[in-house]
Amino acid sequence: MTAAQDVRPVVLVVGNGMVGHHFVATAMERGITNTHRVVVVGEERHRAYDRVHLSSLFDGATNRDLQLGDDDLYADDAVELVVGDAIVEVDVDARVAVTTSGRAIAFETCVLATGSSAFVPPIPGIDAQGVFVYRTIDDVDAIRAHAASVRRGVVVGGGLLGLEAANALRLLGLDVIVVEFAPRLMAVQLDEGGAASLRSHVEALGLEVRLGAGATEVRHVEGVCVGLAFGDGTTIDADMVVFAAGIRPRDQLGRSAGLVMGERGGIVVDNTCRTSQEHVYAIGEVALHGGRIYGLVGPGQTMAEVAVDHILGGTTRFEGADMSTKLKLLGVDVASVGNPHAAGCEVVLADPTRGVWQKVILDDESRVIGAVLVGDVAAFGPLLQRARSGEAVIDAMAVLRPTTATSDAPPADGSLVCSCRNITYGTVRAAVAEGFEDVAGIKSCTKAGTGCGSCVPVLLEIIDRELVNAGRAVVKHLCPHFAMTRPELFELVRAGGIRSFATLVTRHGTGEGCEVCKPAVASMFASLSLGHILDGEQASLQDTNDHFLANMQRDGTYSVVPRVPGGEITPAQLIAIGEVARDFDLYTKITGGQRIDLFGARVEELPLIWARLVAAGMESGHAYGKALRTVKSCVGSVWCRYGVQDSVQLAIDLELRYRGLRSPHKIKMAVSGCARECAEAQGKDVGVIATERGWNLYVGGNGGMRPAHAELLAEDLDRDTLIRMIDRYLMWYVRTAERLERTATWQRKLPGGIDFVRRVVLDDELGLGAEFERDMDHHVEQYRCEWTETLEDPERLLRFVSFVNTDQPDPSITHIRVRGQRIPVEATS
Amino acid sequence: MSNSILVGFVPVCERARLVANRGVAALVDGVAIAVFAMSDGSIHAIDNVDPISGASVLSRGLTGDVNGELAVASPMYKQRFSLLTGRCLDDPSVRVTVHEARINDDIVEVKVMRSP
Repeated sequence: MTAAQDVRPVVLVVGNGMVGHHFVATAMERGITNTHRVVVVGEERHRAYDRVHLSSLFDGATNRDLQLGDDDLYADDAVELVVGDAIVEVDVDARVAVTTSGRAIAFETCVLATGSSAFVPPIPGIDAQGVFVYRTIDDVDAIRAHAASVRRGVVVGGGLLGLEAANALRLLGLDVIVVEFAPRLMAVQLDEGGAASLRSHVEALGLEVRLGAGATEVRHVEGVCVGLAFGDGTTIDADMVVFAAGIRPRDQLGRSAGLVMGERGGIVVDNTCRTSQEHVYAIGEVALHGGRIYGLVGPGQTMAEVAVDHILGGTTRFEGADMSTKLKLLGVDVASVGNPHAAGCEVVLADPTRGVWQKVILDDESRVIGAVLVGDVAAFGPLLQRARSGEAVIDAMAVLRPTTATSDAPPADGSLVCSCRNITYGTVRAAVAEGFEDVAGIKSCTKAGTGCGSCVPVLLEIIDRELVNAGRAVVKHLCPHFAMTRPELFELVRAGGIRSFATLVTRHGTGEGCEVCKPAVASMFASLSLGHILDGEQASLQDTNDHFLANMQRDGTYSVVPRVPGGEITPAQLIAIGEVARDFDLYTKITGGQRIDLFGARVEELPLIWARLVAAGMESGHAYGKALRTVKSCVGSVWCRYGVQDSVQLAIDLELRYRGLRSPHKIKMAVSGCARECAEAQGKDVGVIATERGWNLYVGGNGGMRPAHAELLAEDLDRDTLIRMIDRYLMWYVRTAERLERTATWQRKLPGGIDFVRRVVLDDELGLGAEFERDMDHHVEQYRCEWTETLEDPERLLRFVSFVNTDQPDPSITHIRVRGQRIPVEATS
Repeated sequence: MSNSILVGFVPVCERARLVANRGVAALVDGVAIAVFAMSDGSIHAIDNVDPISGASVLSRGLTGDVNGELAVASPMYKQRFSLLTGRCLDDPSVRVTVHEARINDDIVEVKVMRSP
């Protein structure tokens, strides 16, 4: 059957790159030729080939090796492949496309897979002889021809493409310089540590790397390239320059056809990969999906499959793709998972001797949100799987599978480290070797650092040195501004008497700080009872919730939670809350912690709401803080037929004692009046259960995503002893836990677990009990309701405005009513 | 009045209203603008609407630096935006508009830049 007689409608595929090819291969597999003919037009003179591995052409591979798909594929009667001709115009209404050679192709459906082109900056000298891009087999041929007679080449671009191009020049025997505008290699996929590790690999191969350098001119003599000039006035000499510094979608066809385009290029497609014309699809690097161009072949191939499925009447959708990737560059394994630049808890394993850098970023529920792997990517699969499933990671180091090399470091001398406790370097070293790998561990094991605290920085150094000597460096940096853990930083703040963030970052950190370290430090200042959290510099450190003393909700309004100690509330207070909710039209809901949450308050309404609540005898519930939330209780022996103790009274006492205590994470407590445990105390950070003879104390319980049963710390305590033990436990936790680490995790990680807690809290083995109790007494004395204090101070009230220049309410906040209450508009969809 | 097309700088508040390293929001010709005063004395203005969450909240984020670049982290889902370029440093496909801001005789002034 010839084309002229064939009545099957035509699917025109514009572009025969990797994605265009994948579309054809998938379509054939799905039997598209039963109903359609396929015409493929590719601009290059070569059939589809593996562009990702272009540099292998310099390593012995032939064009044929890179070719994609069997010859049979394009030999099918119903498939016509045109190469070396390009579509120059698509008339979407008439459904006809025209090629450079003047051929008109009628189609029913058009699939644009024109990919992208290399970005070439518009700088002087760009047309000189010896300037290339690195994108196609023809580019590679041209580079090869020019390289035969020259010595030194520059690659502009230190990303994925740039390093591939650098490898090509290296394999051609040139001296290679890689120039990158960003301050690190592969800035999109790698963090600083990973990029540094990659850089040392690259330099070990004899390549030169120049970072933070923006080329402003191609220097040339009589039209022949002799090097580059940079913005800072410096120059380098080179016989050829290859630009591989990013890509631009080749979207001209979409533009001239009148399709909807992205602001910065790309043809807009929906979840079926359809453009604004229902019979025109765009896939791969020319397509803009959800505001993104996917510059990787994987997502492009997924788009091709979705487009095929949709043309054939299927229902699969392209829901976006994450940019997780694993590749080999210049012989180095490199991978990134999720968002490698996400802010979160970072677990880092660095082994400079093997050139390995591995970082996993966890959110506050211990889920993987990003990872960077350089030099050893064995963990890519497991990390990717966890990132996608959202499964919590119990032990990130185990996922990274660290190798534990034996130490060959010489023994240390007997010099004194801690003069207060008379502890030597050798003693501390031995403790590190036993597995005490942080300051808290060293203190518990050796007592070093438990006196004046001035040797804590030395202890940190010893730990680092010993771990490096042991072939690994286990680092849990708080953030890029503080190269230490939260407990280490807490010790520096406490022992050093540091009272301002500016001083702290100057002495022990770097830069301006960030959204991770600022609130962490603010919390330390608050734990040490250093004044109102909204005063002076502290105001600039608080998260928005602490800054406005309320909880931000998804539409930018806030929720308000008055404290209801022990869950006991008078009818008058209940009415007062109800009246406030009614008057400000707040959505009202009972919380899981026996309180009432009022949602939808604008910033400027918060002081008005709190003035009413405070007048009715209520105070801040600290629902906005990493602090004690509630002490839940059952009704206890006062009413309950089974109760053996007054659980409500104890819950109120505990809540009033620990209210406002800032901590690494939120703290929840509960008191049950008998063994029936109606208050669910064993699921709380601190749980108390009444016995005939007193109170049993449970610690380290947790609800939420990763529930943990609290462990029994002590039995049959009298009320005063109980409170002292809780004082010690909480203060110890506040001082030594990581940022956003709940008691359950903190306790599990302690060497010896609950036995160790018993020895420190009950037996006072570290001799810190009195200090913990004193600190807690200080907290109790210093406590004042943050809202009451705020209302008294006109300065503090100034911030409670939606706009600084008008009283007009924020026009972006809109509500509708559902079940008789106000909710945000977007929440209905 | 609401239809006026503003050109040039508009006063929004006294300098004293700005706390170092924190932001305030201003409504200028219907556009919500987040204005930040940094400890180095610089003043920056960007859109107040966080494009990720759609909420008008960027002025309430924490400021800091990302590899030396001044940035604010959205208080909603914590994506960081450069105060200099408006680029989202955690998602290159997203950005906010950067507006001009200056101090003139102790008054903070903002010039709204319309995105093209």
